[in-house]
Amino acid sequence: MLELFEGRVPVEKTLEKWYQANKERNYGAFVSFVGTIRDEEGIEGLSFDIYEPVLRSWFESWQEKARKDNAIFYMAHSKGDVLLHESSYVAGIFSPKRRVGLEMLDAFVEDFKANAPIWKYDLKNGQRIYAADRSTPMEGAGLLK
Amino acid sequence: MVTVEFLGPIGKEPMNLDVRSLQELKEQLHKDPALTQWLANSSVAINDELVNDMNTLLNDGDKVVLLPPVCGG
Repeated sequence: MLELFEGRVPVEKTLEKWYQANKERNYGAFVSFVGTIRDEEGIEGLSFDIYEPVLRSWFESWQEKARKDNAIFYMAHSKGDVLLHESSYVAGIFSPKRRVGLEMLDAFVEDFKANAPIWKYDLKNGQRIYAADRSTPMEGAGLLK
Repeated sequence: MVTVEFLGPIGKEPMNLDVRSLQELKEQLHKDPALTQWLANSSVAINDELVNDMNTLLNDGDKVVLLPPVCGG
């Protein structure tokens, strides 16, 4: 399941909902990751653009991988502005045993950073500044160069 | 006619172009100097499917999007 929120992700409600939906489905492990905006470099927060059709395809390809191991992914992400100490990204996996969950969530989050169509901006001095130095070209980039 | 959208920080309005292939699209887009840096590091999707083959043909009504470098989370 992929959920997008305008502004911050409601972390407690989101994790609680995922947990309640799966706690009696005989999964032995629930592994989660919560990304929180840190106070650094003088930013007031971060802001995000998302291209939803390609994000959903990307997520579904990971869900397919998880299904083969009888696991299931969940993810929530913000659109627009997220302030300091709020969260913009929550991901989780339910799996029969812990090893599959720990390893798949690690690979999922790494691939998310590299290939999910999301653009990050620093909010600084009232401006929205593209985080070019922290951004990575997606697979196949430069086809039209 | 093909619609071209420029995502994220590229900050350019969508264009309608009469092109039949990615090669023709590339030639058209390179006419805009502001796009040069983005063409070097953007991925391309046709009708929301990422593509890697410059020989891909374009059909009337196709939607092409340019996806610049990403950073989620």
